[in-house]
Amino acid sequence: MRLHVCEWGDADGPPLFLVHGGSDFAGTFDVFAPLLADAGWRVISWDHRGHGDSDHAALYSWDADVRDALSVLDSTTPDAVPVVAHSKGGGMMLQLAEALPYRLSKLVVIDGLPSRDPAPDVSDHEHRKFTQKTLAEWLDHRRAAHINLRKPGTLEELARRRKRMNPRLSDDWLRYLVTIGARRDPDGWRWKLDPAIRFGGFGPWSPEWSLQRLKELKVPLLGLTATVEEEMGWGTNHRALLPYLPPRAEIIPFENTGHFIHIEHPQRVAELVLEFLR
Amino acid sequence: MTVFLQHNRVKLALHTLREAPGPRLLLLHALGDRSPERLSGEVERWPGAVYALDFTGHGSSSVPAGGGYTAEVLMGDADVALAAIGPATVVGRGLGGYIGLLLAGARPGEVRGVAILDGAGLAGGGDTPGPAVVRGVPGALSAPDPFALVELGSDLRPRQYVRRFAELATEHSPLANPIAVCGRQRPAWLEAVLEVPGVVEEPLEAALQRFAAFG
Repeated sequence: MRLHVCEWGDADGPPLFLVHGGSDFAGTFDVFAPLLADAGWRVISWDHRGHGDSDHAALYSWDADVRDALSVLDSTTPDAVPVVAHSKGGGMMLQLAEALPYRLSKLVVIDGLPSRDPAPDVSDHEHRKFTQKTLAEWLDHRRAAHINLRKPGTLEELARRRKRMNPRLSDDWLRYLVTIGARRDPDGWRWKLDPAIRFGGFGPWSPEWSLQRLKELKVPLLGLTATVEEEMGWGTNHRALLPYLPPRAEIIPFENTGHFIHIEHPQRVAELVLEFLR
Repeated sequence: MTVFLQHNRVKLALHTLREAPGPRLLLLHALGDRSPERLSGEVERWPGAVYALDFTGHGSSSVPAGGGYTAEVLMGDADVALAAIGPATVVGRGLGGYIGLLLAGARPGEVRGVAILDGAGLAGGGDTPGPAVVRGVPGALSAPDPFALVELGSDLRPRQYVRRFAELATEHSPLANPIAVCGRQRPAWLEAVLEVPGVVEEPLEAALQRFAAFG
């Protein structure tokens, strides 16, 4: 399977990895990544399987995403590397850091630390109250997955649809995202995200487990948390997290900020990341 | 006769082991296994048509690149077969028994009883997560897919999660006892399923007679 990898900055600089969240793509780092690259880092990110310009896969799972992540790291360097990860990407990297504690040198998680509630952009984790209707709808979607296409629209229409999930982001930015995250078909623009991937779902994972395991993390951790709830947000409550934090971890809540902290405040987040990586 | 059904990007092999009028039976194989070539044992006495499905990465079904197997997606495999043949009784061995139970909870009107038998992959990866591992395998693109063996042999099956499927099956099925546990293995999830009212332990032959009588 081919994964689409993006780079910003000097190819000879020390590598720094950015990881996007569920239903997202690496192009959403196009403002934030150059700020890190300007400080001398070779910034690398990739589109997860089924997302952006990476191949659409037959199968999707959390473990496959973590394995894909490791293959991108391995294709760059065998050394321990710093990683900045957003949303579901944060959860994936916490698992990678736990499995291979010497593969990551430092970890920044942007609104993706575990919370007691299931994360909406993770399709294969437990949703506690799934019903027979939820299951039947999910199976109906699977039955039609081979013929489903994303709904076409004008660039403006796709930007407006995205606005419902990202109400705090500017219209100009959302229109720009369409030009990267969508493709232009004869009948209109369509998001490249594999239509087989569904937002939300069910599966045998309890968010509580991620929380319990956070304490064991060996990699130095900086967490940035949002304070305004959004559809794609993880609802992480930073006060509830404090008892589970590993030693040397730091959590910084961003007041009056939604799930995409690095898009709302690119300069401030870049400064904090560069300071943490120093 | 074998037909191929499309499930997302995977071609699933559905074998017809016997064509006949009357109630339909769908066989789901164990982890790493494939559909039988001919009928044998208790299922031979089934009074209607008998079908057998090869799961993704198994038997004559296609083997995708890069793994990503979950029990839930295999439930989707079985559901695609159900859509092709119509309402049916399900007999599953090992992993197939677990998938049959999930499907009975998700499609209680179309699964006319499920019999869970011993076999490879019945237990899965247990009830709670062990140490975090990044699971990779040498990339052989042939069935059974090594990714399937590794990922489905270690997928978590928490008691409360699995129990919910059994509850949905017994609550919504037109059968009084839609889930029959016919094997001897008792992984933690199956113990939890047995606590649900309406789930019974009985020999396969008795279960099949009950399910066939329903039609």
